[in-house]
Amino acid sequence: MEVTITVNGTAHTLDLEPRQLLVHVIREQLRLTGTHIGCDSTSCGACTVLYDGTPVKSCTLFGVQADGVEITTVEGLLTAAGLDPMQAAFKEHHGLQCGYCTPGMMLVGKALIEENTSPSDDEVRTAISGNICRCTGYMNIVTAIQAAAAATTDAPANA
Amino acid sequence: MATETEEIRGIGHSVRRKEDDRFIRGRGNYIDDVQLPGMLHMAILRSPYAHAKLNSIDASAAQAMPGVVAVVTGELMAQHNLAWMPTLSGDTQAVLVTDKVRFQGQEVAAVIAEDPYVAKDALEHIEVDYEPLGVVVSPQQAAADGAPVIRDEKEDQSDNHIYHWESGDKDATDQAFSHADVVVSLDTHYPRSHPSPLETCGCVADVDPATGQATIYMTSQAPHAIRTVFALVAGLPEENIRIISPDIGGGFGNKVPVYPGYVVATAASLLLGRPVKWIEDRTENLISTGFARDFHMHGELALKNDGTMLGLRTSLQADEGAFHADAQPSKFKVGLFHIVTGSYDMPAAHVAADGYYTNKAPGGVAFRCSFRVTEASYMIERLVQNAAYELDMDPAEIRRKNFIDKDQFPYESVTGFVYDSGDYHAAMDLALEKIDYAGFREQQKRERDDGKLWGIGLASFTEVVGAGPHKDYDIIGIKMNDGAELRIHPTGKAILKISSKTQGQGHETTFAQIVAEELGIQPEDIKVQHGDTDNTPYGLGTYASRSTPTVGAATAMVSRRVGEKARKLAAHLLEVDEADIEFNRPNYTVKGAPERAVTIQDVAFAAYTNFPDGMEAGLEGSFYYDPPNLTFPFGTYAVAVEVDPETGVWEVKRMVAVDDCGVRINPMIVDGQIQGGLTEGYGIAAMEQITFDDDGNCIGSNFMDYLLPTAVETPKFELGETVTPSPHHPIGAKGVGESATVGSPAAYVNAVIDALQPLGVKNIDMPLTSAKVWEAIQAAQGGGSTA
Repeated sequence: MEVTITVNGTAHTLDLEPRQLLVHVIREQLRLTGTHIGCDSTSCGACTVLYDGTPVKSCTLFGVQADGVEITTVEGLLTAAGLDPMQAAFKEHHGLQCGYCTPGMMLVGKALIEENTSPSDDEVRTAISGNICRCTGYMNIVTAIQAAAAATTDAPANA
Repeated sequence: MATETEEIRGIGHSVRRKEDDRFIRGRGNYIDDVQLPGMLHMAILRSPYAHAKLNSIDASAAQAMPGVVAVVTGELMAQHNLAWMPTLSGDTQAVLVTDKVRFQGQEVAAVIAEDPYVAKDALEHIEVDYEPLGVVVSPQQAAADGAPVIRDEKEDQSDNHIYHWESGDKDATDQAFSHADVVVSLDTHYPRSHPSPLETCGCVADVDPATGQATIYMTSQAPHAIRTVFALVAGLPEENIRIISPDIGGGFGNKVPVYPGYVVATAASLLLGRPVKWIEDRTENLISTGFARDFHMHGELALKNDGTMLGLRTSLQADEGAFHADAQPSKFKVGLFHIVTGSYDMPAAHVAADGYYTNKAPGGVAFRCSFRVTEASYMIERLVQNAAYELDMDPAEIRRKNFIDKDQFPYESVTGFVYDSGDYHAAMDLALEKIDYAGFREQQKRERDDGKLWGIGLASFTEVVGAGPHKDYDIIGIKMNDGAELRIHPTGKAILKISSKTQGQGHETTFAQIVAEELGIQPEDIKVQHGDTDNTPYGLGTYASRSTPTVGAATAMVSRRVGEKARKLAAHLLEVDEADIEFNRPNYTVKGAPERAVTIQDVAFAAYTNFPDGMEAGLEGSFYYDPPNLTFPFGTYAVAVEVDPETGVWEVKRMVAVDDCGVRINPMIVDGQIQGGLTEGYGIAAMEQITFDDDGNCIGSNFMDYLLPTAVETPKFELGETVTPSPHHPIGAKGVGESATVGSPAAYVNAVIDALQPLGVKNIDMPLTSAKVWEAIQAAQGGGSTA
């Protein structure tokens, strides 16, 4: 099946087997390996990407379902201007250890602070409740997302 | 030549992690990211039965499918003498089945295909004829008369008993118990859990049939040990084996053992002459790779009426699964469980342990702990609380009365450990102060008067990490000594090569900080290489909190060895005698004339451009460290909970953790390790459990059945620290990565039991699910409804 999926701003026209999972399309066809696989059952969130801005678990969507959709992966966070505030905050606040859950966590954080520019501890925890981190104990992830929210709000609007 | 004034970010600095730069960009290189030209994909067919005779396998339909390159069975592996492999405990384990399956999920056959989807499809077309046999799912069943013998292929094995192991002095302990005023006991099952790193296990095996060179990318916490095992198993020359551990998405002990998939993929690559990738899915990871715990334990503590401990007696049955594949030092059958006397000055103790085969997955790994110390710490800390209740003492007071005092160190325990250093009173006092223990006890009384169930639980654990001294510690005969190599480049930058392997602990940053401290090179100017056996010194890897105690020490020692030459070069540059050179980080200066100085960069350049006659060029060294002793981190954890009597739900109101791991190299990273461990400890106490039904079906084969804590359940932690350096470690550091998993489960459980004290509930086995807590409340109330 031929589909067109826009990933990190670039449109890709692909010929996909209908059963191919979106995560495999991203990782294998497009070789964007920052999106990870942790559980195959929508439980861990390592495969989270933004689907028209909304976090989804790409292990539980077929690639063909993303026809005409804009996908953002972790590789799309970096811009010519440098690190996204979310990336900088994760490093600054030690929000990662092994790094495997990190792309999904950062993307959920991005979607959250789009909607809520100053999320509380509980709001962040609820937002990332579909993403498992086995290393950090979450405290520093919460801090990092809140710091990124503050950095994003403080930045000049048209920077 | 000028003096350098910028502060060197060595020990004690929360340096931001160097490895993060690739991870936050999605540019880590994990096993599934490895892609080689011509690579094939492997999928494994696993047994649906826990115990069944294998009558036949018909792979012809799978073999005929388009895209399938080969189907590998036990018969084929046997032709190459690879149907069985040794385990890290000196037992054997089936690679692919030839006679019978012994646990559900065991490896039966493998398909190699051009595409991973096709490989999985083909599994459905392999016909296997099984003949089910009787199933054993507990040590009690394993020991029963007439139990099916699981390992009947072993010549000397006529039952399911694997080993009997003892530690301590039985007679002295019996004597102590005969003088006791009070004896308290605890029977508990420390449940089977699973480390479940977020990345599953896998490998990409690339064997060149022309040269015999085998390059194997593998999720391994111990690549050097794996290389040697592969040389022994496959008879490959060791110089032709290169194990590369790429970035690892968490390990927690799960990535220590050798798994059948690694062996099959390597054999397939050798036979087919193409690279073969094998990546587990989550269910495969949960049902077939290294589990943890599964100890059925009995403990008794003898005391005087005033609370003085007289003796400790424990016995346990270990459920080892179908193959004895523990990863622990060969001398100690139940790891370091004999640290069970914990933080207390115990006059007598005796440990007896028996291991049994069952029809369950093998591989009792140290899940974020130092070889079974978690089970030991849980036993003593639960017993101490029971003793406090029995004697009507405060749980803090009874601990205080029996702590090993700080002037008793080095302290020789009755089970043979020599504790290096500690100040247990200070750590507990700080924890009690931070949680306002006295205030909480007052509030608890008031809440109880209102019918609410509030509790506070303590755990004052002692860990034992850093295996270990060559006299006592080896795995399959290989001594647990580790190496570091340091090379300073002409421009004063450096590369440090270490035998350990980070899985998220931050080795690329902390080990650079140790060199920075010793030599005055900034950590960002030091590249830390690890995980590639061709390019790093030998060592037994990263688990059991051993990297800082062993490799950290080797790093300090090799830096000092290089530093000796740096002084000679500095003396040459400054035209003084070597004895007149002082190292005032970051400068080498002349005694009495500190303005006469050179930096390590000056010295490094001279090592290649301007060295004295008779001196060898270059500035580098290597060091293999043989620890004189283990290190003994400790701390006190205090947890306050409220239990809802209507539902059994318990909520952590506060969690204070005071840790003492000696000198902290990078405080930010240490705190991160503790927060992570406290979360895994909470998971074990509250929800993580792998169970089996009577037929040996694994209940807990995915993350909807095997629950891990999410951000919503995970408590918020309040950390504190005391610092009691290790007297024998070169920089005074102890391991820390696992203290929190070791110490915290008892603290959470003690808190819930404390809350239920008014009801007389004495014990609930972990995990403390709300259903189990509710049932315990119901039983204590005589089965009546609380509504």
